[in-house]
Amino acid sequence: MFKNVAELIQIAESKGEKISEVMIQQEMEVKQVSREEIFSQMERNLAVMEEAVEDGLKGVESHSGLTGGDAVLVQNYMRDHEPLSGNLLMDAVSKAVATNEVNAAMGTICATPTAGSAGCVPGTLFAVKNKLNPTREQMVRFLFTSGAFGFVVANNASISGAAGGCQAEVGSAAGMASAAIVEMAGGTPAQSAEAMAITLKNMLGLICDPVAGLVEVPCVKRNAMGATNAIVSADMALAGVTSRIPCDEVIDAMHKVGQRMPTAFRETAQGGLAATPTGKQLEAKVYGIPLEKE
Amino acid sequence: MKFRSVFDIIGPVMIGPSSSHTAGAARIGRAARHLFGREPKYATIHLYGSFKDTYKGHGTDVAIIGGLLDYDTDDTRISAALDTAREKGMKVQFIEEEEQMDHPNTARIKIGDEQDEIELVGISIGGGKAEITELNGFELRLSGSHPAILLIHNDRYGAIASATTILASHEINIGRMEVSRKGEGEQALMVIEVDQNIDVSILSELERADHITQVAKISD
Repeated sequence: MFKNVAELIQIAESKGEKISEVMIQQEMEVKQVSREEIFSQMERNLAVMEEAVEDGLKGVESHSGLTGGDAVLVQNYMRDHEPLSGNLLMDAVSKAVATNEVNAAMGTICATPTAGSAGCVPGTLFAVKNKLNPTREQMVRFLFTSGAFGFVVANNASISGAAGGCQAEVGSAAGMASAAIVEMAGGTPAQSAEAMAITLKNMLGLICDPVAGLVEVPCVKRNAMGATNAIVSADMALAGVTSRIPCDEVIDAMHKVGQRMPTAFRETAQGGLAATPTGKQLEAKVYGIPLEKE
Repeated sequence: MKFRSVFDIIGPVMIGPSSSHTAGAARIGRAARHLFGREPKYATIHLYGSFKDTYKGHGTDVAIIGGLLDYDTDDTRISAALDTAREKGMKVQFIEEEEQMDHPNTARIKIGDEQDEIELVGISIGGGKAEITELNGFELRLSGSHPAILLIHNDRYGAIASATTILASHEINIGRMEVSRKGEGEQALMVIEVDQNIDVSILSELERADHITQVAKISD
């Protein structure tokens, strides 16, 4: 099993294979099952992601009423205007938002790597899809490449907001997505690692501060920004830009930042945006009464 | 390595909103259900740390009860689990605890009926993955790096052999094993860490084996 990104890249380069292929082969070995079985399981996850985006683009609303409908607003804006940041970027934004709006509405999603960060990977995949016209197999491979990088983060740092803050969730998800975009666009395994490093560096320190403890504010919009971060970082890596700090060291830094993060900023709804006057007002409205806070 | 499969990262398919506080919580509840072996008549659930602070918003309470009703993480019936449990006559109580635990997402679950009761501690470690760390006062020292199963059995000769024979027949290698008991001839348990993934059919085969009363997968 590869233990870190350096080993993952080394295996891929020495065998002349894609990162997705290294992940598939490791999975076959660990689970002792066939390639077809693993592939079709991932294809089912892809189908869940597609349905979630579709549902979100029709417009959903959460029980609390805090989120929903933004994916539709962005799509309408794209239809009527040319977005300043370009169609591809805003398409990714709307699809990431769509996924997380469905999640907040207690719909069915595929955690990538978590539910709160489930928008980044599918959001970028379905936006980049329109540009690169991948085969179905390449789309499934996108998920294996994302998974390979997430696997390293999960084992060497954390993918839990309660343990490591939002950097561990949306940060990891965005990094995973950027690495997968690079592979789909024809970049090298090393460029995937550079994209992951560049993305994660820009997510370092991000706290987990959900208003009223709900996976809604600011989670939905953070997925939008995670998706854009992923696409821009992927473009930078494809251009040949490299990270001065190697990917594994960035992951380690993220882990250490998470460990030193106060509890108030790790999914306890006690700090950050959750502790703002409006955050507290929303919380009071959602529950009928304000929850006790220090 | 705590995470062994790509599907721990890309997955599970689940009902929102939180993988750790909804899906992971459902898995803790379901592990409790499997260890108890049937639907409990009552459940007392103590929540710690982030579970305590945010369970209402994340539906952690609903998810744990969903797990106790044997729902998987993607079962759409999860959102109505509290009502369903009430209709079935299950007495449910949630207690918010101030104590700081080792892991921020910790739940202590006591479930039972007229005949029996079990108490366990579960942690949700991220991305929907959960681990059982304590059962009936026995601390389960899992390495977390391998699939693990837990068997409740009678403290009789041959109980261990019957379990290991079944695993051997499926060519499953045991990496680590721990046996403990309440007292001589009383309830005992085995925690077995293995190198290969164990599927459901092997679990039910183990459940039918001599002297073994309950089997559950506690880490995969």
